[in-house]
Amino acid sequence: MSGWWNALADPNTQWIMLGSMLLGLCSGVIGSFAYLRKQSLMGDVLSHAALPGVCIAFMLTGTKSLWQFLIGAAIAGILATFGIGWITRHSRIKQDAALAIVLTVFFGAGIALLTQIQHNGNGNQSGLDKFLFGQAAAMVPTDVRAVAVVTIVLVGLCALLFKEFKLVSFDPGFARGLGYPVVFLEQLLMFLAVVTVVAGIQAVGVVLMASLLITPAVSARYWSDKLNVMVALAGTFGAVSGLIGTMISAGGNHLPTGPLSVLSATALFLVSVLFAPRRGMLSVALARLAARNRIKRETAATWVERKEEAV
Amino acid sequence: MSSFWIMLTGALVAGACSLVGCFLVLRKLAMIGDAISHSVLPGIVIAFLIGGSRDSLAMLLGASVVGLVTVFFIQWFQQKGVSSDASIGVVFTALFSVGVVLISLYTRQIDLDLDCVLYGEIAYVPWDTLHLAGMNVGPKAVWGVGFAFLLNAAVIAAFYKQFKLCSFDPGMAAAVGVPVTLFHYVLMGLVSVTTVASFESVGAILVVGMLVIPPATAYLLTDRLSRMILYSLLIGGVCSVLGYVFAYATDASIAGCMTSVAGALFALAFLFSPKHGVVWRRWKRRRMALSQTADA
Amino acid sequence: MAYAPLRIEHMTVAYQQKPVLRNVSLEVPEGKLIGIVGPNGAGKSTLIKATLGLVPPLSGKVEIYGKPYDKQRHLVGYVPQRESVDWDFPTDALDVVMMGRYGKLGWFRRPGAEDKKAALQCLAQVGMAEYANRQISQLSGGQQQRVFLARALAQDASLYFMDEPFAGVDAATEKAIIGLLNELKTQGKTVLGVHHDLSTVRDYFDWVLLLNVEVIAAGPTSQVFTAENLQRTYGGRLAMLERDSTSVLIANRR
Repeated sequence: MSGWWNALADPNTQWIMLGSMLLGLCSGVIGSFAYLRKQSLMGDVLSHAALPGVCIAFMLTGTKSLWQFLIGAAIAGILATFGIGWITRHSRIKQDAALAIVLTVFFGAGIALLTQIQHNGNGNQSGLDKFLFGQAAAMVPTDVRAVAVVTIVLVGLCALLFKEFKLVSFDPGFARGLGYPVVFLEQLLMFLAVVTVVAGIQAVGVVLMASLLITPAVSARYWSDKLNVMVALAGTFGAVSGLIGTMISAGGNHLPTGPLSVLSATALFLVSVLFAPRRGMLSVALARLAARNRIKRETAATWVERKEEAV
Repeated sequence: MSSFWIMLTGALVAGACSLVGCFLVLRKLAMIGDAISHSVLPGIVIAFLIGGSRDSLAMLLGASVVGLVTVFFIQWFQQKGVSSDASIGVVFTALFSVGVVLISLYTRQIDLDLDCVLYGEIAYVPWDTLHLAGMNVGPKAVWGVGFAFLLNAAVIAAFYKQFKLCSFDPGMAAAVGVPVTLFHYVLMGLVSVTTVASFESVGAILVVGMLVIPPATAYLLTDRLSRMILYSLLIGGVCSVLGYVFAYATDASIAGCMTSVAGALFALAFLFSPKHGVVWRRWKRRRMALSQTADA
Repeated sequence: MAYAPLRIEHMTVAYQQKPVLRNVSLEVPEGKLIGIVGPNGAGKSTLIKATLGLVPPLSGKVEIYGKPYDKQRHLVGYVPQRESVDWDFPTDALDVVMMGRYGKLGWFRRPGAEDKKAALQCLAQVGMAEYANRQISQLSGGQQQRVFLARALAQDASLYFMDEPFAGVDAATEKAIIGLLNELKTQGKTVLGVHHDLSTVRDYFDWVLLLNVEVIAAGPTSQVFTAENLQRTYGGRLAMLERDSTSVLIANRR
């Protein structure tokens, strides 16, 4: 137990904790809009689509610079969002298929490039692998500072453009009628998702970044019917998941932070599904029970009344 | 000769995937293929822990069961009011994380190369052969994927009408007495089996590509389901052959090249399909605009 | 010279091969309730969507009070069809109505107390004042339609486009809506509404546009809404009963 406390007091762990919490916060906020626009799986797509960007960055520069990887990943992500938008707007392919197509084509191209790099023996590309599967343990203060900047900008933009994002998510046709550049706003939301994914990819890895974009937002939906509350809650849930994940991971056992954060977020989700007031399963069951009892009582009361009248 | 086995495996994977993939695309369940391909990881890990090696039939069954469990949870959450794409996301990421955690906990017992599970290595297929009664009957992967292909073909052929109706109008199907939920699970079961059978060769993630891209390409080329399935099978075969050729030429991952070829074919159909291609439609619209101004 | 609220010249719209609207030209008078009537697939919704720039036309020009639509957005209000929206979105009725005010707020600014008051007023006008804080998924079809209407009112426009405002609403809501439209008329505003119930056209609208891909006829209801024009619009697929001098119409939809 004392070993665990020591681990937490370690500044390294604290940086990792802060970084994970900030990532969770970002993901929760932007994930809320993705959820409402039925684009929850965008995070999964963007995480996979980053691979060819990273490979190409490596092939062009020959070095394993983190910044270059991130830029490559960002460009690939942006191209992916254009691809998805293009496919859905200009053909009969629906959104889910467009997401799957872009995900696998980009990722497949990325694998082809990755194996080419491996076979060319251009040195140790294990850096690339780790980059994609995530290694929160390697998070250093500069990484965390970068994530903090991203968080501030993203949350700031969402606050500033809150009503625009809300309108575009709720009724894009009406928004277009009012004169808003709907396509631009939609691409902006997707771009913010790209930035979040790229920021988090090396900490929690590909699949797990996708989860942080989905699960906290879904959980938050159960607790509130107001969008601003939902977004704030989603950010909070995301941060808490990052916190818990890091704490458990710090307890030794070489358990990676990323999957533990995801499982924490999932636990929060299950609690929400079961126990949230009004929308949670327990509340719904109780309300139904109460309604049934009331109807029984009312029916019995009218029956008694009728009997009394008859007498 | 080994090239032949590789291309055959690729073609069988593409074929098996196309058969079920067409229905996934039409029912807007494309990402469930992605979900299942990730979520079977804990199933494989557990089967590995119990069975001790990677080569057991039990693994195929165990992982397929996890696939069905995944779909069950996704359905359950959808019924509780979570949107369909979010249900998929929550379930598969949770299960995948369980798998990763299990691997970390039991690394000593598990000889599982995560990379290989996820992206496979079809090049090794010809050498991993099956021995029945002392005879070398060919690569194991071919048998596995071949089995999946035949299974899919048999089930789809037998229940073609029902699958078609459930995809198009589940409400009416239910009203007519077709057990829609059952067929949904049957379809998902087939997807799980296909995914797991294809792991060795193309890896989990690229199975999704074969599940979605050839059917989507076919969807842009025709308006009839039967033709769509046929085109999808053909396109899948072409991807397999061309993909192998490119991989050989550029010394890159075969599965990766097959997917890239699939993407290129999709792009071609997207632009130039006679019915739905972007280029065609724009040209037709311009022609119509000209004829309108001529009339007026 | 006063401009017409809406003027369309030679508009053609096509989705795939066949045109949905062909060579539509019309000029709409101010301060009237105009019904757009026609069979399924006649292009009624498309006419509204193309006018508002939601669907690109192949050809044609649209003028709102003499200027192109981009410059006149603040004069136009829009009530789309109810299915266009996910009613499970986390928002309440008041919030939806306030979205109508976003056009006036521009970018970045948040809606303030004044906007909230205006929105509450609009909700009261449609009889939904006590539902202001109700989550929209808990509203009935008729109530949702009224919220959409209130949102259009909040836009404080001079020209309103309504896509099937009476679809799927109960009789009480229908009465409330037509009462509201008449009030708009007394304020000098113009309303164009897609309508599907032929038996009420004469009661509700004083101007009517008969549409079936092309404009069959347009003008005051009493002059234009004749049996002959209707037969032409519906392609002879109309069974009509005449009793006394008023005809009771039955549309035979294919």
